[in-house]
Amino acid sequence: MSGAHPPLYCRPLLHIIFLQAKDALDLVPSMPAIEILGLEKTYSVGFWRKRPKRALHPLTLNVEDGEIFGFLGPNGAGKTTTLKLLMGLVFPTAGSARILGRDWTDASVKAQIGFLPEQPYFYDYLTAHELLEYYGQLSGVPAKQRKQRVEQVLHQVGLRDVQGVQLRKFSKGMLQRVGIGQAILHDPKLVFFDEPMSGLDPMGRREVRDLMEQLKHEGKTVFFSTHILSDAEALCDRVAIIHKGELRGVGAVEDLTSSVQGKVEVIWQGTQIPAAIKALGAECHVSGDRVRAIITENQQDAVIDSLRRDRYRLIAVTPVRTSLEAYFVEKLQRAETVAGRAI
Amino acid sequence: MKARIAHIASNTFREAVRDRVLYNLIAFALLLSGAAVLVGQISIEIEKLVVINLGLTAVSLFGVVIAIFIGIGLVSKEIEKRTLYTVLSRPVRRWEFIVGKFFGLAGTLVVNTFFMAIGVFAAFFYVSRTFARAHSLIFGALYFIVLEFLIICSLALLFSSFSSPLLSAVFAFSLFVIGSFAEDLRNFAGMAHGVSRWFATAAAYLVPNFSAFNVITSIAHEQPVARQLILQNTLYALFYATMALSGAVLIFEHRDLK
Amino acid sequence: MKYRRKITWVAGVCLLLSLTASSLVLHHIDHLRPQATLDEVLFISSPTVIKRASLGYDGLMACIYWTRAVQYFGSRHHYSASSYNLLAPLLEITTHLDPHLLVAYEFGTSFLAPKPPFGAGQPERAIALMQYGILNNPDNWRLYYDLGFVYYMELKDYRNAAETFERGSHVHNAHPFLKILAAQMAQHAGEYQTARMLWSATYQTTQDEYIKRNALRHLRALRVDEDVQRLQEGVTRFGERTGRLPSSMSELLAAEGIAATPTDPDGHPYKMAPEGRIEVRVPDDFPFATKGLPPGYKPKYQDL
Repeated sequence: MSGAHPPLYCRPLLHIIFLQAKDALDLVPSMPAIEILGLEKTYSVGFWRKRPKRALHPLTLNVEDGEIFGFLGPNGAGKTTTLKLLMGLVFPTAGSARILGRDWTDASVKAQIGFLPEQPYFYDYLTAHELLEYYGQLSGVPAKQRKQRVEQVLHQVGLRDVQGVQLRKFSKGMLQRVGIGQAILHDPKLVFFDEPMSGLDPMGRREVRDLMEQLKHEGKTVFFSTHILSDAEALCDRVAIIHKGELRGVGAVEDLTSSVQGKVEVIWQGTQIPAAIKALGAECHVSGDRVRAIITENQQDAVIDSLRRDRYRLIAVTPVRTSLEAYFVEKLQRAETVAGRAI
Repeated sequence: MKARIAHIASNTFREAVRDRVLYNLIAFALLLSGAAVLVGQISIEIEKLVVINLGLTAVSLFGVVIAIFIGIGLVSKEIEKRTLYTVLSRPVRRWEFIVGKFFGLAGTLVVNTFFMAIGVFAAFFYVSRTFARAHSLIFGALYFIVLEFLIICSLALLFSSFSSPLLSAVFAFSLFVIGSFAEDLRNFAGMAHGVSRWFATAAAYLVPNFSAFNVITSIAHEQPVARQLILQNTLYALFYATMALSGAVLIFEHRDLK
Repeated sequence: MKYRRKITWVAGVCLLLSLTASSLVLHHIDHLRPQATLDEVLFISSPTVIKRASLGYDGLMACIYWTRAVQYFGSRHHYSASSYNLLAPLLEITTHLDPHLLVAYEFGTSFLAPKPPFGAGQPERAIALMQYGILNNPDNWRLYYDLGFVYYMELKDYRNAAETFERGSHVHNAHPFLKILAAQMAQHAGEYQTARMLWSATYQTTQDEYIKRNALRHLRALRVDEDVQRLQEGVTRFGERTGRLPSSMSELLAAEGIAATPTDPDGHPYKMAPEGRIEVRVPDDFPFATKGLPPGYKPKYQDL
């Protein structure tokens, strides 16, 4: 801020005003984009509909405005069920949700949200241009604006050159891009993606990631489900982990990963794995005249001492960056053991 | 709301056209012109009869087949292929979807019938060389055929809203056949006794009555169609289609879309 | 959720209303077209054409046409019908589609041959129908019986009747009365006893309700005819003896030496009209009676 400085006596005043304003802003919390309140879904399966199958245990979750939220879990965990419930494609057994402050069954909400389902398929007799036009019509985008938007979106997803080609000739990656296009065509405030990276090559995945970042940059909220953790780590502000229909953890990525014990990689010269180290249960790997072991942080001192005692030559000791995968695996394994013990 | 229904309808029409369904018109044209030429050469006083009977029966049958085969895919195919998910994520209500699909399919059939009608008239002109007043009765028969189509479309949509394409086709076709014998079914019901009489009568009234729409034989013999019948048939078709569509809406509104 | 409930209500009400409305309109349409199902028969009465059009589903079509034939005759029998000209084609189509539908042949005997209003008045077509039936079902004695019946009742062709009964009696498992009837034809053709035998045979051996009822009516009529004839002969004898008509029934009975008052099959005593005519009390109860009817009496049509 070059130029005139405020007079000296103004500074404390401004400071006070600034603090007051900040307090005031904090007192008015920004409304969550999605509030899920005890949403639950049980299917009756079987010929006589006798066997109930719980696809989703009561789920309570908030997604804040303007963040990229990852919904993680293995296949069949209930991610798609949750999305379908929110979209109104499936009716809940219990619970409710609010989207952008309104009841999730409110049809006016739909004008503000976009949805990309898993492995989407579109009317293959239409061209990309026609498809976006159609969806624009259904979303109630006025004609003049629609034309403009369609052009814009086609460019944004990189399909401008093939806009006159019928969708039946599109590759999977191109279909995915069309899908994203229809989801953002009407400039919604909140976008839902179900497994947006599935079936894409690394280039495609990179593009989708960039696109999602851009959406966030534009101030939109993105809610996406995936089972590819590295994507979630790279993109998300917060994540939720779901397994067998139950929520296992919610929070910012760093918070979650920091709760997992760190690992350390130790490399030394040798051809065999010493018994003492094997007894610690470490992952060991021998290649050539080097042995590589992954141990936990708190085992570090014991291992190094043991190697020194036996006069091994240490080559490297490197902390391994804890990943979401580790958190994931640990969380799920713990759940399995708890369930196992309970049985 | 109306705009959305119109958009869905026109998209359905576009699908039918692009699906090369309308190529059936070529087959129809070939059939009819072949018959007309053949009959024109034989000339045993019944050429007009043959052309009208064959032509109108073909219009009716082709239309029913198209109605069933497109109609059954209208909803169930969309669910299978999951194109429906993105559509319903729009501010489109489920019932608007059903109604839009109905109008799209009905529109396709009307257009199809229109072109076929031209074919019938052309063939007729070829064999008769004149155009008497009585021959305008063909319009009456065509109108009734279109009414039949409305009923079939609504039934196909009804079945499509809850069952697979194959089953829907079977149901719709069965109802078409039974409906053609609906009056006999009511006769049978009249001769039954006790509880089964009640059930049979109920069934006989639920089944669409297609025999009343089939005036092909009588107009071939230049018998006029009673005006009362035109009115009643129109009402019947409207009420029946409304009934089937209401059923489709009810089912579709409450379905989980897996 | 609220919107969905609203739509459910609207759609549900719509469904019920349109269901009722369509049923009502359908009822109307049925009234507009009482002869609806028979339109095709009017124009295409050739059995071969219909058989071809049935695409192999002959049995079902035969049932349908049989039902139509019964409905046709039954509904026309209500109103004063002077012709049943579609009955023959309907029965012909039915039997052509399914030559083994025996009840159709029986129906033809009972209702094709007799004169209107009791039947179509086409005995020759009935005979043709029976002959077609016999050709396709040579081991069925009943068809011979039906054919002989027509010869006897409608055409009074006793020779052919006797011949047919005779042929029929040789069929395996033929009812023994065929032989008896053949013999009866030869000598006592015009007698009440013979007619009674035939109608009793029909009554006992048919499975069809309509035909059974018809046979019963004929039997009752025969009884009336016989009784009235006997009593009328008594009146004539009285007249020859005394030169005047009996003044009352009791006087007649006394003269004839009959103790109890003769009654008709319903138990009502016969009465005597002033001109010495014997009459039955309620003529409407005996639709086929030819005697004992008051002058100028027009028979009322009974339903099937």
